[in-house]
Amino acid sequence: MDLINFEATELRLGLPGSTDEQPEIKSITSVVSTNKRSSSEMGSSISDENDSSRSSPPTKAQVVGWPPVRSYRRNILQGKKSDQSETGSGIYVKVSMDGAPYLRKVDLKMYKGYEELMKGLQGMFKCIIGLYSEMEGYKSEYAPTYEDKDGDWMLVGDVPWDMFLTSCRRLRIMKSCDVIES
Amino acid sequence: MDPNPNPKKPKAIKSCPFPDEVLERVLSLIDSHHDRSSVSLVCKNWYNAERWTRRHVFIGNCYSVSPQIVAARFPRIRSVTLKGKPRFSDFNLVPEDWGADVQSWLTVFSTVYPFLEELRLKRMVVTDQSLEFLALNFCGFKALSLLSCDGFSTDGLKAIATHCKNLRELDIQENGIDDLGGHWLSCFPESLTSLEILNFASLNSEVSFDALEKLVSRCKSLRVLKVNRNISLDQLQKLLLRCPQLTELGTGSFMQELISGPVTELKNMFSNCKNLVTLSGLWDATPLYLPVVYPACDSLTFLNLSYATLRSIELANLLSHCKNLRRLWLIDTVGDKGLEAVGSCCPLLEELRVFPADPFDQEIFLGVTESGFMSVSRGCPKLRYVLYFCRQMTNAAVATIARNCPDFTHFRLCIMNPGQPDYLTKEPMDEAFGAIVKTCTKLQRLAISGLLTDRTFEYIGKYAKNLETLSVAFAGSSDLGMEYVLKGCPKLRKLEIRDCPFGNAALLSGLTKYESMRSLWMSACNVTMDACRVLAKERPRLNVEVMRDEDGSDDSQAHKVYVYRTVVGPRKDAPPFVLTL
Repeated sequence: MDLINFEATELRLGLPGSTDEQPEIKSITSVVSTNKRSSSEMGSSISDENDSSRSSPPTKAQVVGWPPVRSYRRNILQGKKSDQSETGSGIYVKVSMDGAPYLRKVDLKMYKGYEELMKGLQGMFKCIIGLYSEMEGYKSEYAPTYEDKDGDWMLVGDVPWDMFLTSCRRLRIMKSCDVIES
Repeated sequence: MDPNPNPKKPKAIKSCPFPDEVLERVLSLIDSHHDRSSVSLVCKNWYNAERWTRRHVFIGNCYSVSPQIVAARFPRIRSVTLKGKPRFSDFNLVPEDWGADVQSWLTVFSTVYPFLEELRLKRMVVTDQSLEFLALNFCGFKALSLLSCDGFSTDGLKAIATHCKNLRELDIQENGIDDLGGHWLSCFPESLTSLEILNFASLNSEVSFDALEKLVSRCKSLRVLKVNRNISLDQLQKLLLRCPQLTELGTGSFMQELISGPVTELKNMFSNCKNLVTLSGLWDATPLYLPVVYPACDSLTFLNLSYATLRSIELANLLSHCKNLRRLWLIDTVGDKGLEAVGSCCPLLEELRVFPADPFDQEIFLGVTESGFMSVSRGCPKLRYVLYFCRQMTNAAVATIARNCPDFTHFRLCIMNPGQPDYLTKEPMDEAFGAIVKTCTKLQRLAISGLLTDRTFEYIGKYAKNLETLSVAFAGSSDLGMEYVLKGCPKLRKLEIRDCPFGNAALLSGLTKYESMRSLWMSACNVTMDACRVLAKERPRLNVEVMRDEDGSDDSQAHKVYVYRTVVGPRKDAPPFVLTL
């Protein structure tokens, strides 16, 4: 875990090597963000179904129904966690290309911007997407599109990169001839 | 009846000194069902006047009475509150199909109370068919509230929205609902303008914003609106434009990459809401947008941040504007530092609930400790209701808290690791709860946790004379523990126990007490079937239900026992795994 080691640099009264217990521990652990979790720890045991009548057994708790937190809240928290692990350790989205036999998955966090993403996709699918222009989109055989949070299919490149990261649900590389002119 | 009548009183007046109409008029002003119960016991006249004037009936356990009996006694009911499953069903301790189906009640009500207006259900099974039945059979139906219920889907809500022409309230909270989509909201007809309360915060599917905006625009009396997480800040702004008169608002997501207008406009929306007293939602709130609510904070009395994972700094900044808060719900991500801010900013606070962000995973986040709780108690002497989830506590801290806040009526402390002692002294937490019951004489509800011996129960039995509800888990050393409580707490109504070493002697020590209580729950204790049979035989006015374990092993042990008083005998809808003795 990423912990800033406050203890090592802390000035304190007392002989070197002596340790002081609880208050320091509290302040350090309060720095730990819930984002910084090793995903392997939570992996398969967190259920993200919304059926609140049966939630899957959590990793650490041995006891059914303890602590006494209502199913609804438990599911929300587990859902939140899996959202955060997404942003913590990568945003994986499916990528399909028209005519390709199977889909791929890319981690959008690996790319700093659209240019890098396009390079990555072109390499992966051995296609040419070319350069984006605000007025004309992509003047090549293929146009990259994505499905946003509302379920609409959008042309990649219109919105700022950070906004794209939060709204992109999946990618589809369409044949340009299929792209409907707006 | 009185052998020595007051000599000044006129002779032979046995009947009521004023006409029924006057008595009824007076009694119709009484709302509290406790008071009405008292009224009904005075004499036959008053009993009758009371039953004719009662508009609202509260049934704390749907199996304690039948709909027919209710209907026979109260002919003019307009509003019903009904509770079903034992509370531990919220934590998956009660199997599905246990019961508490509302349909049998609705069937009777449709003939006896065709003008029923309000139905409030808690822990009941409600099917879509029942919701449709409700919508179609009660033409004046106005208010539906479902809390912690299950068995229905959003299709049921469609029926309500479509057919209830005078709907005033739709309040859907934390249910086991099958969310099939948000289309139900679009089922409200254009002609529906009566909505005052709409709460769909706990539903996951997106509703049509267009339909919602139109609904909000035409319902001029709307005062409570709690939307779900899918409603964005932009959309919220548009809604607030339409209903600045709201008294309670539950926002959607408070995170948006880019909002379409300037932040000041959103902030202005909040300052326009001059009547806001309750604020909730604030999903995903960050320091970026949280300040837009500041203009509304001064008038807030209830702030529900239990779905907003705020840090201490964010909370502190927010609370500095909320000096009139009476009720505050938080997630423990705010830490002890956040609670310090509570103590310093909210001197009028009466209720605090701190929920765990990570109830199961101890290593990631410590949450809040005894220190945070103490900070709050120092700054908020008017605290009466606390629900506190933590991972460490000390006896000394709780004693301090009790001294600072002697007015506790509800004290629910959950130390999340079962059987954990005082982390400093390693002693049991007996003295902590001892301090609470000794100091807080008005205590009505208590939930205990941590390492506890029989001494805790001795304290409870000796001091907690106003205690009505007690929740116990992983506590006690012997039967004596439970016996102390049953003997010592005269007002006890609900006792729920899990994973404690209480056995048959303990169970049977309450033989004469259970009829004065609503219910007893005991699971994973040391009770045998034989003892349950004895209880059932001795007390025919109790239902003694034993739930069999799924694996069917060890048939002599009673793994889950639910005992409740009833005037209608064993229930007829018990599933195969429930044995009524």
